[in-house]
Amino acid sequence: MYKFFTAEIVGNTSQNTHFKLLTLRALSEIIVPQPGQFYMIQTGTACDPLLKRPFSIYSIRQNHLSFLYRIRGKGTLSLSQLRESDMLQVIGPLGNSYPEPDGDFIAVAGGIGIASLLPFMRKYKNRAYLFYGAMKSDELVMLEEARELSKKIFITTDNGSDGQKGCVTCAVGDFIGESRITHNALPIYSCGPTPMLKELSQIARAAGLKCCASLEEHMACGIGACLGCMVKTVTGQKRVCKEGPIFNLEDIIW
Amino acid sequence: MVNLSVTVASLKLKNPVMTASGTFGYGEEYSEYIDLNRLGAIVVKGLSITPRDGNPTPRIVETPAGMLNAIGLQNIGVRAFIKDKLPFLRQFDTPVIANFFGDTVEEYIRAAGELSVAEGVHALEMNISCPNKQEGWIVFGTDPKRMDHVISEVRRTTNLPLIVKLSPNVTDIGCMAKAAEGAGADALSVMNTITGMVVDIRQRKPVLANNTGGLSGPAIRPIAVRMVWETCKAVKIPVIGMGGIMTARDALEFLIAGARAVAVGTANFVNPAAAVEIIEGIEKFLGEENISDINSIVGSLQINERQSNHNSDY
Repeated sequence: MYKFFTAEIVGNTSQNTHFKLLTLRALSEIIVPQPGQFYMIQTGTACDPLLKRPFSIYSIRQNHLSFLYRIRGKGTLSLSQLRESDMLQVIGPLGNSYPEPDGDFIAVAGGIGIASLLPFMRKYKNRAYLFYGAMKSDELVMLEEARELSKKIFITTDNGSDGQKGCVTCAVGDFIGESRITHNALPIYSCGPTPMLKELSQIARAAGLKCCASLEEHMACGIGACLGCMVKTVTGQKRVCKEGPIFNLEDIIW
Repeated sequence: MVNLSVTVASLKLKNPVMTASGTFGYGEEYSEYIDLNRLGAIVVKGLSITPRDGNPTPRIVETPAGMLNAIGLQNIGVRAFIKDKLPFLRQFDTPVIANFFGDTVEEYIRAAGELSVAEGVHALEMNISCPNKQEGWIVFGTDPKRMDHVISEVRRTTNLPLIVKLSPNVTDIGCMAKAAEGAGADALSVMNTITGMVVDIRQRKPVLANNTGGLSGPAIRPIAVRMVWETCKAVKIPVIGMGGIMTARDALEFLIAGARAVAVGTANFVNPAAAVEIIEGIEKFLGEENISDINSIVGSLQINERQSNHNSDY
């Protein structure tokens, strides 16, 4: 039963006001995850919150799995209150992973979407033109690592408190326009809120660039059974948890 | 050795723990987590004669100790199930119960007819918590006359054990149970989800795209136990108890209240090995209680004598 295991919390540390880094030590042998894959993690100790929550893998070292998360709803709030030596049930790795890039690529992260892209950028170091957008400066996390791993970094905030003021997709659009990237020159890899992905898919389509992204949907099980996380694609309905979470954005019917 | 085997209608089960329809896919999804041979029976996701896309998202939302779902009966259809999913399930020594539904009486009959002749379907479970397209979308299972009609028609179509899954969204579950028994049901599943709604207070909109959904999980368990108890008092046919079973202790509540078997639903989402852990837990409990046969715990509930000043109000 490799994909369903118990893990001990060995770290649950604040990165800043909004973000924490959870590190789990699996008590049994685990499967090595690929960047973009996710885990369903128990977030409480009783029946409330009842359902596990999906988290993208941030890093792995031997049997230690780390997850970068933002405290947003009931599940992440409950998780944020758990302590070292608490035990959690975990399912994973689940879903597909980011496809391998041929050369350099554009990475577009919106908010906590950075968590899913950093392990990918760690695997392909100094090859990413990273566009990292957030509402304001304190909603940017792991900036140092992001800087270190990317070939070039472009930061945007909605209120201008860090980097360029405005939306991250605008910055991507400008970059593509200015650098006159030819057809399929740089593929785009992305993770972030749905409205951002929707805009990005239009920009990519207009520029003729390939664009894949990690999608988000409410899911109960994460293993393909509940059918809660369906997304419409040109080849029919797909489960974000099973056929995804990474999809080619040109296939998505928004 | 503790005997765990029970008989529901003519179906002999190696233990009383099934999977609840809609929470276990077509079995495949769970085969990498548990040995499907361990289960008492597998009840597959509800099937209709033609495939269905289901509702728009969001389809699920968590609630206190529960969840609300409005999947919208998405399924691959009876024929694709028989062709693509049944061969996999036939490998296992576990009876397959095909859950099915329709928008019209005719659709129920067609689905039941095709499933009845498929190799590897051992029983049918009829979902009557669906609205009737031809009669103003009134839910079949909330009206005794409509329910009697659709069950009687399906009864004529199939020789397989026919389990009817009752809706809890009724005033008197005992009355509905009697109607189903009278129409020819061999067993009853009690209960389906309870209709509910969650509101997003910022948007002033229901969270689910479908507005309402079915509530499941431990939040509904006491209601389900009570309904199973009432149903068992009302009918002679066996009852399969379900509603928020997470642990062996929960399953035992239903068995003691009178259920011949139980189904594990939402717990499968939380813990893919839940059903197997529940089977092991029941066996352990019976051992501790020196009970050699599970059947002797079924319906062993000792009701408190009611004093004259007792009232169902609190």
